[in-house]
Amino acid sequence: MATDTLAVQLSGIEKRFPGVIANHDVNLNVRAGTIHAIVGENGAGKSTLMKTLYGMHQPEAGTITVFGAPHVFKSPSDAIAAGIGMVHQHFMLADNLTVLENIVLGSEPAARGVVQYDEARRRLEAIMDQSGTHVDLDAPVSELGVGQRQRVEILKVLFRGAKVLILDEPTAVLVPQEVDELFSNLHRLVTDGATIIFISHKLDEVLTVSDDITVIRAGTTVAEVKPDAVTRSKLAELMVGSELPSPHGRTSEVGTTIRLSIDGLTLAGPGEKHVLDEVSFEIREGEVLGIAGVEGNGQFELCEAIIGLAKPMSGHITIDGTDVTHASPHERLIGGLSYIPFDRHREGLLLSAPLWENTLLGRDADEQFQKGPFIDAAAAKADSRSIIERFDVRTPSETVPAYALSGGNQQKLLVGRELSSHPRVLIAAHPTRGVDIGAQAAIWEKLRAARDAGLAVLLISADLEELIGLSDRILVMFDGRINARLTPAEATPELLGTYMTGGVQEVAS
Amino acid sequence: MSDESTVQRITNPKALKAPNAVLVTVASSLAAVLIALAIAGVLLAVTGYNPFEAYSKMLDAGLEKDKLLEALSRATPLMIAAVAVAIGFKMNLFNIGVEGQFLMGMFFAAIVGAYVDLPPVLHVTLLLVVAMTAGAAWAGIAAVLKVKKGVNEVIATIMLNAIALSVIDWLFQSKFRYEGESLDVKTKPLPESAWMPDMFDGRLTSFIFISLFVVLVFWLVVYKSKFGFRLRASGANAVAARTAGISSNRMIVTAMLMSGAVAGLAGLPYLLGESHAYGPSRPDGYGFNGIAVALLGRNHPAGIVVSAILWGFLDAVQGPLQIAKIPQSIVLVIKAIILLTVVIVNEVVGRRVAKRTADRTAAQLALPTAVAA
Repeated sequence: MATDTLAVQLSGIEKRFPGVIANHDVNLNVRAGTIHAIVGENGAGKSTLMKTLYGMHQPEAGTITVFGAPHVFKSPSDAIAAGIGMVHQHFMLADNLTVLENIVLGSEPAARGVVQYDEARRRLEAIMDQSGTHVDLDAPVSELGVGQRQRVEILKVLFRGAKVLILDEPTAVLVPQEVDELFSNLHRLVTDGATIIFISHKLDEVLTVSDDITVIRAGTTVAEVKPDAVTRSKLAELMVGSELPSPHGRTSEVGTTIRLSIDGLTLAGPGEKHVLDEVSFEIREGEVLGIAGVEGNGQFELCEAIIGLAKPMSGHITIDGTDVTHASPHERLIGGLSYIPFDRHREGLLLSAPLWENTLLGRDADEQFQKGPFIDAAAAKADSRSIIERFDVRTPSETVPAYALSGGNQQKLLVGRELSSHPRVLIAAHPTRGVDIGAQAAIWEKLRAARDAGLAVLLISADLEELIGLSDRILVMFDGRINARLTPAEATPELLGTYMTGGVQEVAS
Repeated sequence: MSDESTVQRITNPKALKAPNAVLVTVASSLAAVLIALAIAGVLLAVTGYNPFEAYSKMLDAGLEKDKLLEALSRATPLMIAAVAVAIGFKMNLFNIGVEGQFLMGMFFAAIVGAYVDLPPVLHVTLLLVVAMTAGAAWAGIAAVLKVKKGVNEVIATIMLNAIALSVIDWLFQSKFRYEGESLDVKTKPLPESAWMPDMFDGRLTSFIFISLFVVLVFWLVVYKSKFGFRLRASGANAVAARTAGISSNRMIVTAMLMSGAVAGLAGLPYLLGESHAYGPSRPDGYGFNGIAVALLGRNHPAGIVVSAILWGFLDAVQGPLQIAKIPQSIVLVIKAIILLTVVIVNEVVGRRVAKRTADRTAAQLALPTAVAA
């Protein structure tokens, strides 16, 4: 029942976080009664935008209009009151309650303080009949599969009277049959007058299911297209940007010594499927190997396995000629491995500790910081000041807590720490994610300098400019496997887009 | 922003101090105590007592030499218990089991001490080791359960407290009851070689020096050593610590064993300095008061010493209050309110300070020229 009435209209939305502009000049027009897809790479700003629409944070600029009326959402409850519902990617259900209890939780129909379950059941059954989304209301949620849990989430949103449903990467957790079911449910919901905003980076799905597609790149909306007027490769190009840098000329040579060798690495997943499947590659002295791929295709597990936090089922990891498959993380770090982790707050920093303790983390066994049985705090502070200076960390002193720094400066500090332990192998996972352009350029320069000095780098990135600009070779990971091996020169956005979303290289090199 | 200004700013940290952490900590703990006294004062007034009279009585009595000595004497085991708790806190572990661990330490020291014959210093040293071993072993159960089975240490140590009591009672009643000449039911008394000497006519045990030494070692190990750094790093962010090669399981076990070993000592001031045997009139509550003292002292060595003395002071003035016909239970009320206010004040102040630090840092960086000049 697509009409020309706009269910949701966002215009000129800008959202900033300390040191990062997550969204700017975002314009989105969602027609009532349509499935509207929002596509973009990880980190392009899709989730930030949806959080804005759902009232989870407030934009710095721009307006939100729902069915013609302007709104300011101070919290999700304001958004819910305006008829907007969100189905989160990570389900928010109480396992020990039944489906019915979960659905009414937070909006219980009550009379004199007593929850009217019968009334809730009647309303829900009506909703289920109308939407074609069925779940056993009395089953405990703990017994439901992923697909059913998602239906519970959708029902929860419908029960609260949502007319606009936001689905954040709804298919990420589903098997193909469940995806088909979901899509037919969505179509039925739309026929009944609902409007659906569907966030995804899986292009095939987007092209199948949606009526309109808005592409977000680098925090802003870059195009609105109709699925029948665009090809898959055109969409991929829109998503990753058509202007890629030419591979950076480099003056130094890749050495001959193999610094890191991964051979047939396989890692068991939570289910039957392996999260890493027979991954093999080698990185030489002074070489940067880039890994492209949509996040969640095994990159994180690969890093965990290399640093020793995840135990592989089979395969071998060799650092600088030594088999470290069974070595502890500490032994590997001592052996010349460094790691710039995916999430600096979670894995990299002690946010409440002063900067000098942060630069000491992981390097405290170093001879220069020992003073008898104690840590030489003066030496650690001097070392920290030197990192701050060399990596241009903008901070008043080395004694301020890490949380006081902007994201870009925290990242520069982290990169400085990891490079200061004189590693021979560096894993750099999204080394410039969420940092401003200045910090990005500074970090790239440091990585290039370290590479020229002989460092072997495994670079994992969602930023194709970074990948192509830094890497000597690029591997594409999909579904736990390496499904393409490219040189930066032959990597086009279209080609990368194809491989990143599951296409397989015809001739494996 | 030029490199030069960055360097300038780093080499000139004086002008750019974030809020002074020590000052803020002391001020907020003091504020918590004052707020608690005010609330307790209102309670006193409402129930028909003059709060000013009550507090001046407390102060008068408390400033007498006898009462000051009693305060120190009561603080002696509390410092140790608080250090035990603080070791756990620094690793983000909540050791509620100090109570059971100290009883274990005290009981086994009483048994072993009574049946060996050693020269004075060696005898005491042996008993310190025995008490630490017993406490560590008892805490170790919780550590193993946590590491191997993922059992929350709070639950495990609470359970172990109850079990410790039963085990000790059973051992005492069935195996180690000493039928001496006195009517007291106790274990076999310790020979004099195991006694810690008294000071001030028996008003204070010399064990207080061991307590202070424990606090000193705590400071050196947790705040100054490499191990302490790893412990604090694991406590601050376990994932980051693990990523940096620090095995969190090993840290959990070590921290728990250390905490238990220290806890094992808390019963010894009483055993070696006063009773010289274990009996049903044993002290209790050290574990829980230790948690309070560690919280009030913000897990800092100096804070712990001061807080333990304050706690000892409050205990010591209960008697004089009763004589003045003011219900002595007001002391318990004050302690409880202090605990609540300290937690609340810490939280509020912590957030404020974090925000101000962040704002100031940002502001300083926004004005590079002013700062560099």
